[in-house]
Amino acid sequence: MTLVEAPPRSATAVALTGVSKRFGAGPGAVVALDGLELTVRRGEFVCLVGASGCGKTTLLNLVAGLEQPTAGAIETSGLRTALMFQEAALFPWLTAAGNVELSLRLRGVGRRDRRVRAAELLDLVQLGGFGHRRPHELSGGMRQRVALARSLAQDAQLLLMDEPFGALDAMTRDILHDELERVWRDSGLTVLFVTHNVREAARLGDRVVLLTSRPGRIAEEFAVDIDRPRRIESADVAALAGTITERLRTEVSRHGR
Amino acid sequence: MAVDAGQLSAELAGLDALELGGDRGVSPARRLWKATWPKLTAVAIAVALWQIVVWSHWKPSYVLPGPRPVFHALGHDVHTVVFWRSIGTTMRRAVTGYAVALVLGLAVGGLVARSKVLRAAVGSFITGLQTMPSVTWVPLALVLFKLGDGAIVFVVVIGAAPSIANGFISGIDHVPPLLLRSGRMLGASGVGLWRHVIVPAALPSVVGGLKQGWAFAWRSLMAGEIIALVGHRVSIGQQLENAQNTLQYVNLLEWMVVVLILGIAVDSVFAAADRSLRRRWGLLTPPG
Repeated sequence: MTLVEAPPRSATAVALTGVSKRFGAGPGAVVALDGLELTVRRGEFVCLVGASGCGKTTLLNLVAGLEQPTAGAIETSGLRTALMFQEAALFPWLTAAGNVELSLRLRGVGRRDRRVRAAELLDLVQLGGFGHRRPHELSGGMRQRVALARSLAQDAQLLLMDEPFGALDAMTRDILHDELERVWRDSGLTVLFVTHNVREAARLGDRVVLLTSRPGRIAEEFAVDIDRPRRIESADVAALAGTITERLRTEVSRHGR
Repeated sequence: MAVDAGQLSAELAGLDALELGGDRGVSPARRLWKATWPKLTAVAIAVALWQIVVWSHWKPSYVLPGPRPVFHALGHDVHTVVFWRSIGTTMRRAVTGYAVALVLGLAVGGLVARSKVLRAAVGSFITGLQTMPSVTWVPLALVLFKLGDGAIVFVVVIGAAPSIANGFISGIDHVPPLLLRSGRMLGASGVGLWRHVIVPAALPSVVGGLKQGWAFAWRSLMAGEIIALVGHRVSIGQQLENAQNTLQYVNLLEWMVVVLILGIAVDSVFAAADRSLRRRWGLLTPPG
């Protein structure tokens, strides 16, 4: 099923030029991001990795428009944007289907279309039989899938994900990687995926962007030339993750001195 | 190695089944019994203690009658018109006063909750009102409304409205920030955010306030009815006052039992609503 008109892959989805973000003022100010340059193509899956304090979450908030940069410019080509967090953040008083439907309703979709579309989206994340369940009656992995369906219901073209699988066990995460990859491949979404898990980044991304910490700058970019679908335990993914981890460790050790 | 779609579906379905575990439903009859037996036991113990006090001859039995004559009188009176007319008058006042308190409490709560400064300022004032004993309002009520239903309803409103307002305010104060962020991300703002996120999130607290408001309404109503007797009209308060004046102590206790039973009955309705709401909101910890 195609969710979004497949865009030309060469078009730019997100362009950050000289983006800086400072919190506070004077000597106590914290520079979260400093002079960031990043371009994401339409339909690309880009993973951002870095140690604590690299401003990953700040970066997503900026792209989502929830915060404004102190300097620089962010261009999202007018793409509809959805944001997913580590917590599914579903509304507990609504069923799984109700949560997806609310997202549609806030976009002005009519009642009958909402029902049909929500059922389709739940089928898409393989939760067809669970629409009547409330979030607390679902497992963590299932809640994240409902959250994914809800994001897709926003008709998003750009999906921002802030460690969405960070709170899940390894087995569930592994399966959800396959699931996300499938949805991404079928939908033509552009994904900006933040994680501290280097293997996850190598498993999922077309490109892995390594950020430095305090302030966040781009340390290095890694193109991931591994055929999809991938497995997280494959030798290729492991080798790339090893390279990125080495680089990350060098970066982290700078802060100990 | 590639994963085909069929295998991925099977894996997801298996994982879902494992993580959810089995459904173990409890039958409604069993749940009702589980909710009822502790209450019945408590009532039995209370009646037994009452009987023991009577048996101790602490007071002569015409001053403090035992459960047997009181329940006997109750068994007789439930067949009289006056009994039900008294309860009817009182309940009508209760419902009227509570309805006004509901509208007023939710309106004030909703207005105050919109701004943090107002919440801080008016919130403590409302709590102050809530702690005032309802009897203190009776003299003013009589001055303002003269002797009549109006005065009694006023006392009920003043008793119940602050709790209802407070429930609403604290509910809004405790809306999880994550849900607000989530709602904004989905494009809700202004009225939409209130309607789809803030009010539903505050609902369990609102119901808590309604429940507490009822308890205050019921107390205020009794204080009002006993002090502000409306001559020609029979009511529970009037029956209590009457029994005391005419030395009918069996009737006095009989009507106290009626007040207790009505209070418990209405409260259990609120408690049931509260529980079912919390269960649906996922706020209830599993029984144990």
